[in-house]
Amino acid sequence: MAMNFKAGRWNHEINVTDFVKTNITPYEGDASFLAGPTERTKAVWNKCLEALAEERANNGVRSLDPSTVSTITSFAPGYIDRENEVIVGLQTDEVLRRAIKPFGGIKVVEKACRENGMEVDPKVKDIFTHYRKTHNDGVFDAYTEEIRSFRSLGFLTGLPDNYARGRIIGDYRRLALYGLDRLIEAKQNDLRHLTGPMTDARIRLREEVAEQIKALKEIKIMGEQYGLDLSRPATNAQEAVQWVYMAYLAAVKEQDGAAMSLGNVSSFLDIYIEYDMNQGLLDEVHAQELIDQFVIKLRMVRHLRMQAYTDIFAGDPTWVTESIGGRFNDGRIKVTKTSFRFLQTLYNLGPSPEPNLTVLWSPQLPEGFKDFCAQVSIDTSSIQYENDDLMREVRGSDDYGIACCVSYQDIGRHIQFFGARCNLAKALLLAINGGRCENTGTVMVKDIPVLSGDVLNFEEVLANYKKVLKEMARVYNEAMNIIHYMHDKYYYEKAQMAFVDTDPAINLAYGVAGMSIAVDSLSAIKYAKVTAKRNDIGLTEGFDIEGEFPCFGNDDDRVDHLAVDLIYYFDEELKKLPVYKNAKPTLSILTITSNVMYGKKTGATPDGRAKGVAFAPGANPMHGRDKNGAVASLSSVAKLRYRDSQDGISNTFSIVPKSLGVDRESRIENLVTMMDGYFVKGAHHLNVNVLNREMLEDAMEHPEKYPQLTIRVSGYAVNFIKLSREHQLEVISRSFHERM
Amino acid sequence: MIRVHSYESLGTYDGPGIRLVVFLQGCNFRCLYCANPDTIDAKGESKETAPEEILKMAVSQKPFFGKKGGITFSGGEPTFQAKALIPLCRMLKDAGIHICIDSNGSIWNKEVEELFSLADLVLLDIKEFNDKRHQTLTARSNEQTLKTAAWLEKAGKPFWLRYVLVKGYSFFEEDIRALGEHFKDYRMIERVEILPYHTLGMHKYEAMGLEYKLKDVAANTPEELERARLLFEEYFKTVYVN
Repeated sequence: MAMNFKAGRWNHEINVTDFVKTNITPYEGDASFLAGPTERTKAVWNKCLEALAEERANNGVRSLDPSTVSTITSFAPGYIDRENEVIVGLQTDEVLRRAIKPFGGIKVVEKACRENGMEVDPKVKDIFTHYRKTHNDGVFDAYTEEIRSFRSLGFLTGLPDNYARGRIIGDYRRLALYGLDRLIEAKQNDLRHLTGPMTDARIRLREEVAEQIKALKEIKIMGEQYGLDLSRPATNAQEAVQWVYMAYLAAVKEQDGAAMSLGNVSSFLDIYIEYDMNQGLLDEVHAQELIDQFVIKLRMVRHLRMQAYTDIFAGDPTWVTESIGGRFNDGRIKVTKTSFRFLQTLYNLGPSPEPNLTVLWSPQLPEGFKDFCAQVSIDTSSIQYENDDLMREVRGSDDYGIACCVSYQDIGRHIQFFGARCNLAKALLLAINGGRCENTGTVMVKDIPVLSGDVLNFEEVLANYKKVLKEMARVYNEAMNIIHYMHDKYYYEKAQMAFVDTDPAINLAYGVAGMSIAVDSLSAIKYAKVTAKRNDIGLTEGFDIEGEFPCFGNDDDRVDHLAVDLIYYFDEELKKLPVYKNAKPTLSILTITSNVMYGKKTGATPDGRAKGVAFAPGANPMHGRDKNGAVASLSSVAKLRYRDSQDGISNTFSIVPKSLGVDRESRIENLVTMMDGYFVKGAHHLNVNVLNREMLEDAMEHPEKYPQLTIRVSGYAVNFIKLSREHQLEVISRSFHERM
Repeated sequence: MIRVHSYESLGTYDGPGIRLVVFLQGCNFRCLYCANPDTIDAKGESKETAPEEILKMAVSQKPFFGKKGGITFSGGEPTFQAKALIPLCRMLKDAGIHICIDSNGSIWNKEVEELFSLADLVLLDIKEFNDKRHQTLTARSNEQTLKTAAWLEKAGKPFWLRYVLVKGYSFFEEDIRALGEHFKDYRMIERVEILPYHTLGMHKYEAMGLEYKLKDVAANTPEELERARLLFEEYFKTVYVN
C-alpha cells in the first residue's frame, strides 16, 4: 500500500531534498523517549560479537574469498542470524568475509591476499593480467617520472592510485522513495537527451549513464536474491530502512573506495517511522530496532586491504559516515527523533567507530539534542562534529552529507574526487635545501636558490617556499588528473553514480599534511634564531634554535596568521591549474592517520622536531606545544579559514573527563558551551575524545579487556586495539587536556 | 605590567562555566600543601605581561564562555598585584566579561578593595577557622581573611567559600562547625566548595629542590568527603565537592 505523504516537487522529479523538506517532523525535545535493544537485536549483535572476536583472533581478517570477483550480484545472499534479522543483506555470503575487487588493481588484490596467507584464484589473476586492465595499471602507465619521484620520496603520499578513491556518496534514499523502475526510467530519459556533438565529454557521459542503468538493473536482481521487490518504492518504515541499505549495499559490493559514506539518511527514514507510528503500525521499541539492526549491518562492512594501506589509514576504517542534525536554510531544524535513535545505537550496541556518526552542529539546535550529543561523546568518544552554519553559508546546500571525515557533499547533486595529501613540512625543507630532498639529495624542484647563510632568513626562506609550493601544486595536480581519469575509465562507480544526478558538480579534493610543523618552523625562523646544521653534501640534518618563538595552538596571532597565509597561498596556487572533468578544486587540512607515516619520511625541521617524529594530525597544533589549555588551542584552529580549505579542516580534541567539570551535569554543559564557542568562532570540525590516558595504556597491554574501546583520530574513529603499537603510542603522546 | 605564571584556557574548576584562568605570580601565604609552589615567589618563572595582552586573549575566547563563564584570576595570590589588575579589570568589564577573583583574602588595602569591587564573584579560600591551626598551615593568621569576608557580605559582593580538606590539618569537626556558625547567616555566600586534598603539586617541590612537608598525609577517602559535605550542609545550602 502506498504511503500518503505530502506532495511536492518530489512527485514530478527525482528530488529527495524536496521530499524531506516537505515531510520532516523536527523534534525539539530531549532523549527521554528512547528505547533499549530488543531480544532480536541482541541475538544478532551477539553473533556479530562472536564474529568480531574471530576476526581479531585471525589477525584482523576473519575470512576471505579469493575467487569470486565482487559485483552487485556475484555473491549468494548472506545472513547473520536469519530469524532475528529485521534488516537483511551482506556484502558476501557470510558475515565479515572479505571479497576481492580487482578492477582497482590486480597486484593490489594479490598482495592483500598474500599478506593474509592466501593466493588469488589463478583464473582471476589471468583475466585481470591479460584481458582486463585495472585502475592501478592505468595510473602507472600514465604517471611521469616526476610524479613517481614525488610519490616515492614522501612529498605526495597516500594517493588513491593503488586503492579505490571512494568519497562518492550516492543518494541511497532514492531507492526507498522511488523504487528502481522509476529511477531507471529517469536515467533512460537522461540518456536519451544526451545527444551530439559527440565530444569526448559527451561520449564519456553517455557511456557512464548506460553503466548506471545496468547497475540499477543488477540491484533489482540483488533484491530478488533476498526476496525483496526493489522495483517499487518502500511502503513502510521497515522497507524504507531495508531499501536504503540495499542501495548502499550495492555500492559496497561493487566498490572498495577508502571512504564509502552513507550520506544523511536518518531524518529521511524518520519520515517513514513517524508515518507508521501515526498509523499505529510501529512503536518506539520497534523503531529503535530498525535503526539498531541497520547500524549492525553498517558496522559489518569490510574491505580487503594491503598492509601499505593500513599504514596510512590505520584501524581498518570504512568511513560509513552518516551526517545527523543541522538546519535547513530557512532556519528549521533537521533534528528528528531518528537523529537521536542513531546516537542511541552507541548505547544499545556499545561504542563503535562505524558508522562514522557526524553531528552537523549549530548553536541554534535544540538544547535537548545538544545535551544528548555531549553526553554520548562523554560516554563513548564516538562522535565527530562539523559546523553546519558555516558549511551551509559557504557551500550552499542544506541537504548535504559528509564524505569520509570532513568533506561536504551536496547529496545526489555533487560528488568529489579524493586526492589524499601533500607534505607541507617536507616542502619547507626543499626550500631550505635548494630544492633537494633532505634525505636523498634528489633534485625535486629546479631553480631554488641555495640560501645565503646557515642562519635562516625568514624572507629568503619564504620566497623559496612559495616557489616550491607552486611546483608542488603543479605535480600534485598532474597526479590527480591522471588518477581520476583512470579511475573513471577502469573502476567507474556505476552503482553509486546511479543514485546521483546525471552530470553532477565535482570537487577535486586536494589535501595537506604537516601544517602545524611547517607553521611552527616558519615562526621559529621569523621570531628566533635558527641555524641549519648541514651534512657533507649540504643537506640539513638538524637545526639549532636560540630564543623563543610562538607556536600554533596558543591563540597567538603572530604564528596563527602564518598558518592562515600558508593555506591561502597554497589553495590559490592549486586553483590556477586545469582539472579533469572541470572539477572545482578544494583543499583539506586532514591527515587521517598518515601523520605518523609522513613524519617518518620527513627529516628534522626548523621548529626543533627531530627526524622521523610523527606530525600532529590534521590541523592540530603539535603535541605539547599548546601551553595555554584547550580553549586557546581551539581558538588557534578556529582561525583557519574554511573558505580556503573547503574540503575541511580536521581537529582532534582529547580531554580527560574530570577536566570537563566536577560532575556529569557540568561536563555536559561545559562541552556544549565549548562547542558552541568553537563553531561560533568559525571553526569547521572537531573530533571529541573524553577518556583517560591510563585507560589507553591499559588497553595497549590488555586489549582483550577493551574489545569496543573507540577513539576518534583525524576525522574518523577507530577501535583502539586495532591500531598498530606505533599508532597507539602516537595517540597517547597527543595533548590530553588535563587540569593543572 | 602583570606578572603571569601561566594560563588555563579551559578552566572548569575556578568559578562558574568555562573560564580563562590566569595564574598570577607571587603569594604571601606559605601553605604546606600548596599545589603551585612555583607561583609563591614574587618573581619566579613568570612573564611580565601587558594588560592588553590578557584582554585580547579573553576577548578572543569570549564565545567559549557561554552564559556563565569568564575570566578568573588565581595564583599565587592575585591581590598581591591588585594595583596592576585594576585597569585590566575595568577593560574586561567594558568588554562584558565576567570576572572572578580567587583569593585568600589576607591582603587588604585601597587597591584590593577596588579590585574586589570590580569583580563579579570572589572565590574566598578559608584555610582553617581556628587561627592557630591556620598559622600552622599557612604561616599567617586568618584574621584579615575573616574581615574580608565580612566586607564582601556588607558590600553585597557574591562569593564562594572554598575549603581545602586536609586530614590532620584542616579536617576537624569542631573547626568546621565553628566556621559554619560564623558564616551561616551570610547571604552573599552562593556556594561552598570542598577541595579534596591532592598531591598533584608534589613533583614541583622535588623539581624545585624543596621539601614537601605533607608527604605522609593521605588523600581524602570518598567517605571522608561525604562526611565533610554533610557537615557543611548543616550550615550552607549549596555545597560541592570539587
